[in-house]
Amino acid sequence: MEKTYYDPADLKKFGKISEWNEALGDKFFDYYGKVFEEGSLTAREKSLIALAVSHTVQCPYCIDAYTGDGLKRGITKEEMMEAVHVAAAIRGGATLVHSVQMMNKYDKLSM
Amino acid sequence: MLSKSLHAKHNELSKTEKQLEILSSGIFKDGTLPTFANKIKAAGQFPLRPKKIEILQLNVGYMCNQVCAHCHVDAGPDRKEIMTVETMQQCLDVIKNTGVHTLDLTGGAPEMNPNFRWFVEEASKLGVQDFIVRSNLTIILANKKYHDLPEFFAKHNIHVISSLPYYKREKTDKQRGDGVFDKSIKALQMLNEVGYGMPNSNLKLDLVYNPSGAFLPTDQKALENDFKKALKEDFNIDFNSLFAITNLPISRFLDYLINSDNYEDYMYALVEAFNPKAVENVMCTNTISVSYDGWLYDCDFNQMLGLKVASAEKHISQFNEESLSNRTILISQHCYGCTAGAGSSCQGTVA
Repeated sequence: MEKTYYDPADLKKFGKISEWNEALGDKFFDYYGKVFEEGSLTAREKSLIALAVSHTVQCPYCIDAYTGDGLKRGITKEEMMEAVHVAAAIRGGATLVHSVQMMNKYDKLSM
Repeated sequence: MLSKSLHAKHNELSKTEKQLEILSSGIFKDGTLPTFANKIKAAGQFPLRPKKIEILQLNVGYMCNQVCAHCHVDAGPDRKEIMTVETMQQCLDVIKNTGVHTLDLTGGAPEMNPNFRWFVEEASKLGVQDFIVRSNLTIILANKKYHDLPEFFAKHNIHVISSLPYYKREKTDKQRGDGVFDKSIKALQMLNEVGYGMPNSNLKLDLVYNPSGAFLPTDQKALENDFKKALKEDFNIDFNSLFAITNLPISRFLDYLINSDNYEDYMYALVEAFNPKAVENVMCTNTISVSYDGWLYDCDFNQMLGLKVASAEKHISQFNEESLSNRTILISQHCYGCTAGAGSSCQGTVA
């Protein structure tokens, strides 16, 4: 079998991280579960945010998980792709906004 | 898109033995996942026993005008199996002589049975509390002879439960065939016109949602809200309730799971979502399913797997309520489908 750094089967083992530190692992999963409950934002909205963030942190497990979660919730592929573009726009914007620093520095150093 | 049933294509999965073999091997045989029997043993719910029989579900034929990708009946235009008048009469006798309060007609497209209207008229006279017909909707528009079905249903106070996988065209047509969405919308409007699903009307119209792929349905109420909002805004359609039903890994859906390399992940998801509370109310505990040829089953899914009731009398002509009440319900790994999450039955979630 081809060896890779990411194995899709590892997603199912996520819960096992508690085995090596139960106290912290349990606290994380309690927090995680609470974050995704219906609140001021709907669980559907949170799922789309999670999908977008999954792309910016480039987490293949998260992308798999929240694509599946979105399908369950009836989120359409158009909505999913728009969410990813929002992530891409922020990521691209975040790169480009730093160019102001470059421009400032350039101007300062230039005669 | 599918055009023929697995049966017509001589696909090996049209054989019930092959399906049962797949469901009992691999991840369930090597211990990767617990068998359903072991799972409910651990929950103290084995063996699964029935309660009082309240629902008689009749599959009046496998003939259908659609060939849906997920169909557990493997129904389609090429299926000719049809319940005869003689078997229907035997069903009427059972309804007359037992405490069954709900009659649930399914198929295929039940309306395609040539004796359908006769049976509805006869059964209506028996005063069943809830008389359900499961309509695929497009049958109403398929042929002129079906155009008056909404009026016919209304006349007999039929509770119409209709399949509509989604409120968007793309997903619906992908699962059920090109053009199905538009025809379904038209049929729903026709049902609304005679009062079905309308506020202050006694004519009940419920919709059934099946996930269009290898994933489980989400919260039924949330889906119902989405469906109600979208169908009202886009098409001015009203309906009563939405039932979210999990696709069970048998027949065409099993074929899809295997061919798309989703089978193992889907079974993992079902086992992970196992809910002992759902076991208490699964439909097989208060339903008897009757096949087109009169054999008795614990549920529609066991019918499609050829698992006849574990009772001395296995045919509608020998219906014995006491014997059936003392039977053990037959189970296999497909039962995880009805016990995942909030549970799944022909009436939607159960837990």
